[in-house]
Amino acid sequence: MTYSAWRIFTEGLTGNRGWKRAWRDPEPRSDYEVVIVGAGGHGLASAFCLAKEFGITNVAVLEKGWLGSGNIGRNTTIIRSNYLLPGNEPFYEFSLKLWERLEEDTNYNSMVSQRGIINLFHNDAGRDAARRRGNAMMLAGADAVLLDREGVRAQYPFLDFDNARFPIRGGLYQPRAGTARHDAVAWGYARGADRHGVDIVQNCEVTGFRIEAGRCTGVETTRGTIGAKKVAVCVAGSSSRVMAMAGLRLPIESHVLQAFVSEGLKPVIPGVITYGAGHFYISQSDKGGLVFGGDIDGYNSYAQRGNLPMVEDVCEGGMALMPMIGRAKLLRMWGGVMDMSMDGSPIIDKTPVDGLYFNGGWCYGGFKATPASGWCTAHLLATGAPHPTAAAYRLDRFRSGRVIDETGAGAQPNRH
Amino acid sequence: MIIPHPLLGPRDASEFVYLGDASLIDRPAPEAGIDAFHDYVYQRDNPAGAHRELWFHEHGDRSWLVVTRNTLTHEILAVELAKDVARRRGRGR
Repeated sequence: MTYSAWRIFTEGLTGNRGWKRAWRDPEPRSDYEVVIVGAGGHGLASAFCLAKEFGITNVAVLEKGWLGSGNIGRNTTIIRSNYLLPGNEPFYEFSLKLWERLEEDTNYNSMVSQRGIINLFHNDAGRDAARRRGNAMMLAGADAVLLDREGVRAQYPFLDFDNARFPIRGGLYQPRAGTARHDAVAWGYARGADRHGVDIVQNCEVTGFRIEAGRCTGVETTRGTIGAKKVAVCVAGSSSRVMAMAGLRLPIESHVLQAFVSEGLKPVIPGVITYGAGHFYISQSDKGGLVFGGDIDGYNSYAQRGNLPMVEDVCEGGMALMPMIGRAKLLRMWGGVMDMSMDGSPIIDKTPVDGLYFNGGWCYGGFKATPASGWCTAHLLATGAPHPTAAAYRLDRFRSGRVIDETGAGAQPNRH
Repeated sequence: MIIPHPLLGPRDASEFVYLGDASLIDRPAPEAGIDAFHDYVYQRDNPAGAHRELWFHEHGDRSWLVVTRNTLTHEILAVELAKDVARRRGRGR
């Protein structure tokens, strides 16, 4: 069933009795060409691209809980391609271009809203870094505008421009960046993959890998053994736990990142603001809640909840940037588990086990990467070669020294 | 989180700086080779459950601690001075 305005109109006239489930709930078969572990954004996008772009439809996506129950359901919905390094920026710009056509691709309203993002800077060195980053973005085909103080003020007159410690001197503006409805991204990819014949099997936990003579030939699950020519693991947050079942150690630590939503307010923040110096970023959802966050808590955690010192730190950053939010009430806060990699950049690659592929290490930036991650994982599975924009995301780059370290923090995951 | 410091008693975790897995105490010998150093610098067990990890009491007595903490619940199970751990493992200090 294709969704359309006409469909809504006719259903409205007939009591909305014709809508069907958006995806099937199939029993797993005993064999597939490709099994994808994890029905989150990246796993579902990978399955969708395998079917739609590469014509491989004999695919199952296995999910321990319900689809979209991980970080695709608990992020702060920002999409952008304002990276600096050559290994990253072309990939994220590819992703942003895919975001721009996502709703046509999946026939699903993912509420992609290109409302723009501004990264603030506060001194000459910050301006130089922003200009350099903007140039790097434009070299990769992205858009970037260097705003002066008045340019920022025109969009956000309520910021504290004369903050004693971090006065706002300007910002790097990416007009094509914005937000998307995060759950709807998972649902759109799930429905799209299902419509192409992919089996999405929920409540099916992978408990082991079937590895024979160095080759992965399937997975053991709570619903029986499932054979596969190729297995791709897309379980960021739990990557180390799952890959340990295949005997692999990863250059990854799991950390908790908290996010926050205020009570619903009248529209006040038109785009996305990031205040790196204050460890704070914010946007406003279509329901009116201010959606904001800051740094990871900084210690290994699988708890999906953080601690209060980071709550205080984030709220201090918010108050320093825009004192007017002091009267808004915090409605909800939650935590998600991040795959923090050793250089702050992701991994999409084969593993030392033949037939086993790995997608992970997304740190706290996985949501924006979802479309390109799916495309590049599907490309790797279908052709055996990395997609040109993801060729640097190798698992062995730490051994070869070809790390992609945007922050220059070194092998210290909680500093990325 | 409250970390029960072996010398100073219960201290708030925000007084500490977190480094990571306590295996970082066991730096390979200089001649151990590239694989040993690659694993030491980059690879982590990253367990869900009990995790031995290094915390530095920066806003306190500046001692390094080995804290055993459950990464699923944040419950702290044991705390030792890192120098005691290192000496037990044959290090001079």
